[in-house]
Amino acid sequence: MVTLSACGSSGSASGNGSGDSKTVTLVSHDSWAASKSVIAAFEKESGYTVKVLKDGDAGQAVNKAILTKDNPQGDVFFGVDNTLLSRALDNGLFQPYEAKGLDQVGTPYQLDAGKHRVTPIDYGDICVNYDKKYFADHKLTPPASFDDLVKPEYKNLLVTENASTSSPGLGFLLGTAAKYGDGGWPDYWKKLKANGVKVVDGWEQAYNQEFSGSAGGKKAKGDRPLVVSYASSPPAEVVYADPRPKTAPTGVATGTCFRQIEFAGLLSNAHNTKGGKAFLDFLISRRFQEDMPLNMFVYPVVGGAKVPAEFTAYGPAAKDPETMTPTKIAANRDQWVKSWTSLVLK
Amino acid sequence: MDVARTEVTPRGRGNAARLGLMALPVAFFAVFFAYPVAAIVARGLKADGVWRLGRVMDVLAEPDMRHVLWFTTWQALVSTALTLLIALPGAYVFARYDFPGRHVLRAVVTVPFVLPTVVVGTAFLALVGRGGLLDDLWGVRLDTTVWAILLAHVFFNYAVVVRTVGGLWAQLDPRQEEAARVLGASRLTAWRTVTLPALAPAVAAAALMVFLFTFTSFGVVQILGGPTFSTLEVEIYRQTSEIFDLSTAAVLTIVQFAAVGAILGVHAWTVRRRESALKLVDPSRTARRPRGAAQWALLGAVLATVALLLVLPLAVLVQRSLDAPGFAYYKALTRSDDSTFLVPPVDAIVNSLQYAVAATLIAVLIGSLAAAALARRDAGRLVRGFDALLMLPLGVSAVTVGFGFLIALDEPPLDLRGSWILVPLAQALVGAPFVVRTMLPVLRAVDERLREAAAVLGASPWRVWREVDLPIVRRALLIAAGFAFAVSLGEFGATVFIARPDNPTLPVAVARLLARPGDLNYGQAMALSTILMVVCAVALGVLERLRTDRTGEF
Repeated sequence: MVTLSACGSSGSASGNGSGDSKTVTLVSHDSWAASKSVIAAFEKESGYTVKVLKDGDAGQAVNKAILTKDNPQGDVFFGVDNTLLSRALDNGLFQPYEAKGLDQVGTPYQLDAGKHRVTPIDYGDICVNYDKKYFADHKLTPPASFDDLVKPEYKNLLVTENASTSSPGLGFLLGTAAKYGDGGWPDYWKKLKANGVKVVDGWEQAYNQEFSGSAGGKKAKGDRPLVVSYASSPPAEVVYADPRPKTAPTGVATGTCFRQIEFAGLLSNAHNTKGGKAFLDFLISRRFQEDMPLNMFVYPVVGGAKVPAEFTAYGPAAKDPETMTPTKIAANRDQWVKSWTSLVLK
Repeated sequence: MDVARTEVTPRGRGNAARLGLMALPVAFFAVFFAYPVAAIVARGLKADGVWRLGRVMDVLAEPDMRHVLWFTTWQALVSTALTLLIALPGAYVFARYDFPGRHVLRAVVTVPFVLPTVVVGTAFLALVGRGGLLDDLWGVRLDTTVWAILLAHVFFNYAVVVRTVGGLWAQLDPRQEEAARVLGASRLTAWRTVTLPALAPAVAAAALMVFLFTFTSFGVVQILGGPTFSTLEVEIYRQTSEIFDLSTAAVLTIVQFAAVGAILGVHAWTVRRRESALKLVDPSRTARRPRGAAQWALLGAVLATVALLLVLPLAVLVQRSLDAPGFAYYKALTRSDDSTFLVPPVDAIVNSLQYAVAATLIAVLIGSLAAAALARRDAGRLVRGFDALLMLPLGVSAVTVGFGFLIALDEPPLDLRGSWILVPLAQALVGAPFVVRTMLPVLRAVDERLREAAAVLGASPWRVWREVDLPIVRRALLIAAGFAFAVSLGEFGATVFIARPDNPTLPVAVARLLARPGDLNYGQAMALSTILMVVCAVALGVLERLRTDRTGEF
């Protein structure tokens, strides 16, 4: 089993299995998912065996990868998003590789275009979701934009996540900062607070406990019909219901979205660089891109990749989401989260 | 020649045997606990090869951090007081009253203690949160108030008091109190002068254990506290995992380490005092049917408390797992779709059992060796100090240990990051202290003269252990193993950092399911939680049958 190439100075990797040039090891976060058949097809064509290591939530996985970058646990890292991209790049987590087929990926997603240290793989939108039944019962139009959320008719309806501990929470804060500007967002949040926004620590509590529109929230008798979640949450409510309902029980306030783009990259000290490169090519192949949406509830970045019907029917991507460059996020994140904490939580 | 002579004196032989027994436990804790923790703390406090100890003062000077420290301490104090207040009557009733279902109930109240908070936190919320029982009855909602945290701490630690204090209470000879009454003491005076002094060290020990667990509370505070409450443990997690400020995390780890060390120091001292000779009797002789209205009322009150505070949250979990026609959530557990997101969740049960068996073997080996060394009469001060040190893993942040594993155990001969053994090793760190606590009092009770007699007759130390100690401690060993097993099954904090994706444990699978939207995911999480709960309850129920008169703290 031990090949010559693995016997050299990189002997320390043998215990991880990634020193074996026939194995390519992917390090990712807990949400990583792919169809077995698609991975099997890659293994068959490339001759590599894929090993996956899920390393906690997105932030944790990135931090762990940085901690172990001198002796990484794998070859490819998938799952660093635009809010954490600078942290990864500044710490030299990745080595450059221009993946085959990158020209098929739309330019808005190419945030490291010239250097190719990371390859965009998917995107998703963090948006306010609403409970359709609540708004129908109360004969109220669901909010559509950030501006709507501070209106009196939506008082005490919204629950969001702690921006310092939750990535949708942070995304929503960044969305308001992108919308109202560096100086304007604190005012907006003051209004949101006055309008009774509730903050809980994580997405699970917000979505499964507080939100009245989700399956979990209904059981927990959640009483907040508005929640910060993802644009893809409504399709998930359909796909993971048995029997499937005809329409999604929840909808998306399309004017409240912040775009999250996820990247993958070849780890700096990868033991199997060749395999890692092949795997990156695979991640932006049409086969993987079209398999991805129903597994991870994200959208493909490759032009022309088909999006499943559930997505187009129940969770169309926002047309004009808020965005922000990773450098700007990196420069402001800590300060903003600090101000946000004292403004909203104290 | 002198050297050779000292070696054959009993004392010299004792030293050698003691060191032999201690070698493995010491090595185990050094390699899998002290070294990784030191490595991650050093990473945080050392920049370019220079120690930045000034960070300690900087961090401690921050108002936010002082607030965290203050909240951590006072909530632990109040939680401990509340737990004692609510659980001491329970300890008495379980120890002294004989009623149908007593043993089953004793197992049931222990279930929360070994369940992961990620599982129960959600159910507990259903009790004190919106639409929960309190809300329905009196319109009282406690979620995101400190009361939710405090009550949950009672929920999780009730068993510590019932087991530690109740265990001793059951063995106190009631005739001593009766004798005092015959001599004219009032009921209260008799209790105050006879029973209370005998119980005090056990109460102190239980209080310190509860304080330790609540001081380092993580899941409860995260789930029930909302974003406004933060303990040291939560803050260490936040700084390490989210903000990636390793130097602040390192400082907080040191602070927590110092506090926990102090708690354990006091604990070791009370433990030693408790083991002072009390006249103990068989608990089956001290328990009797309640008599008179007052005793029945007390029993009723305790049972009502247990039903409301402990059984109800667990029942909510079960009810939610059944909240679909035809056991749909349970059936879905065996289904494996084409996705690699999860192995069929039912596989997590098998993984968990396998890990827990391995962890139990390790914990029992390490724990009983340590207990054997500590139990020796000739154990020196240094060894006795180790008693407290063995408890440290219970008080140190799982995220610290987990991140420490990542950077410390990555090179041969300790390249274990990719190995399955890492999970049972981490679980054994948590299980071993319970083995020590269970075994130690029993081993100490073995008459030293038996061992000496066997040794004089020429038996090897191994033979002495097999012929003298083992028959006496066999049951305690089984109980220790069972408890380590249940604790390993429920261990979440450290496991979540190292469990491999292809074989998640039950708690990890539950957490992953809870992290996805959709009815089936939520329902499956509840179903898996229920299964975990039942497995733990069965393990603990078996232990109840095995319990003997002297079986340590747990």
